[in-house]
Amino acid sequence: MNDVNLKLVQKDQAQEAAVCRAPDGALSIKEVGKIYDPEGVHVVALEDCSLEITAGEFVAIVGPSGCGKSTLLNIMAGFDNLTAGEILLDGEPLATLDTAPKPGPDRVVVFQHGALFPWKTVLENVTYGPVVQGVMSPEEANDRGREMLSRVGLNNIETSYPGQLSSGMQRRVEIIRALINNPKVLLLDEPFRAMDTVTKSASHQYLLELYNATGKTIFFITHDLEEAIFLADKVLVMTTRPGYIKQTLEVDLPRPRHYGMLASVEFIEMKSELVGAVHEEAVKAFEAGEREMA
Amino acid sequence: MANAATMTGAPFSVRVRKFVVSKQFIRGAIAIFGFLALWQAGSMGLFPFMHAIPTPITVAATFWEFLVTAKYWQSCLDSTLRVMYGFVAAQLVGIPLGLGMGWNRNFKDFSYPLFELMRPIPPLAWVPVSILFWPTNETSIAFITFIGAFFTIVVNVLGGVSSIPRQLVDAAVSFGASPKQVFWRIVLPATIPSIVTGMMVGIGITWNVVIAAEMIAGNTGLGRLTWEAYLAGHTPGIIVGMISIGVAGYVSSMAVKVVGDWLMPWKKIF
Repeated sequence: MNDVNLKLVQKDQAQEAAVCRAPDGALSIKEVGKIYDPEGVHVVALEDCSLEITAGEFVAIVGPSGCGKSTLLNIMAGFDNLTAGEILLDGEPLATLDTAPKPGPDRVVVFQHGALFPWKTVLENVTYGPVVQGVMSPEEANDRGREMLSRVGLNNIETSYPGQLSSGMQRRVEIIRALINNPKVLLLDEPFRAMDTVTKSASHQYLLELYNATGKTIFFITHDLEEAIFLADKVLVMTTRPGYIKQTLEVDLPRPRHYGMLASVEFIEMKSELVGAVHEEAVKAFEAGEREMA
Repeated sequence: MANAATMTGAPFSVRVRKFVVSKQFIRGAIAIFGFLALWQAGSMGLFPFMHAIPTPITVAATFWEFLVTAKYWQSCLDSTLRVMYGFVAAQLVGIPLGLGMGWNRNFKDFSYPLFELMRPIPPLAWVPVSILFWPTNETSIAFITFIGAFFTIVVNVLGGVSSIPRQLVDAAVSFGASPKQVFWRIVLPATIPSIVTGMMVGIGITWNVVIAAEMIAGNTGLGRLTWEAYLAGHTPGIIVGMISIGVAGYVSSMAVKVVGDWLMPWKKIF
């Protein structure tokens, strides 16, 4: 599996897409439910939430704020338990009712507000996973980290601290820090939120290059519908609480994607379809919020 | 700060020379000399309510008389040692206690109420009990300075641990860190900024309480000098003691800041 990562750094991108498709990373989410019950307040965050993600698929999930997207991601990541259903990763139980949630380097998260360790340099951040797991020596990890950083145009910043980098660079470092673990699934929780348009589009480009090169399964939460369509193979619309998958939009834009596609007829049609579906849920969420406040 | 960055690497004498002509230094110096000038004018009759306060020139003359005595320097040394003993002990006890309270819910449930009951008690109020409890005067004095810094450091460390962003711990765990590794490699470094803040505030408080501590006994100490000058009705001596404590506190804070910069290379840049 190390070879796969090495190749992707060295080889030409178009070739890699064909060669390096990871064989695993299929997620099966079956009738998952999550009820929060702090102090007797019964909040159903997820109910009967089912979806299938094939290995190497890029799935984006959209929906109103507070609908349970992050809850689902946290359950997949092993930060939270579920209260109904089960999740399988390549046929093996990942989260069930009987097991305690357990995070692991096979499905790493890139967090909404960023989670680079401020006291570690860029290279120390990137090599943290393989070194702490003991799967690489620090020297090996450093070599690999440098290679992967240069892949996303970050050659001369390895001794910088995260606080010295722009938000766009921080995100790239964070995605590399996740990918160096060679995870089966990459979980991205609104990673490009609050970025300006230019930084965001550059970040999209880097993410797509990495995706084409590694073929990892990606689960991507966002509020930005254009972003979802532009990046993903499949866009899922989640309902307001209790959250389940209401609609699936297959994105049949060819890869590699480029920005010209944003203006294409297909793109605009898909966007308007998605806007309708999300708007309906947003209105419901808003009304539910008003009822709760009253 | 941009200045400081370009200056690192230059010889020390060059850096000192550059600092002395820097805006930062000149502004600070203007404020100090302005204060002294106002004080001089006030004591000379500009402000009638200041008639009993000796002028800075009188104080400077008294200061000189103090500076040539061995007792003054012995006092500086003794006070510094007492402050350091109390301060270091407060770090050694307070940092682990704060980390423990922040990291372990059960431990916090046990210790926090007792801690909060003791925290408001002023260091001065501890003096009689301290004399009764500790075998020697020196330990009593160090204990009072300890009390001064201890509560501040614990509160800061506890606050620091409690406010570690959850995603940092989550990230470390998902990369495969064990609970022990999370504590030493994530919780501890994430708390260092709060530890340093606690140290900065704490070193100031230890000097604040040194007079209370040195009332206990001993013939030396800057607090003792000030207290004796007060008992003798020697106002310039009081002010010399006050200024000495101020200078000593300033120097100590600078030293803590150097330690803080060394502990936090990722923050030095800003």
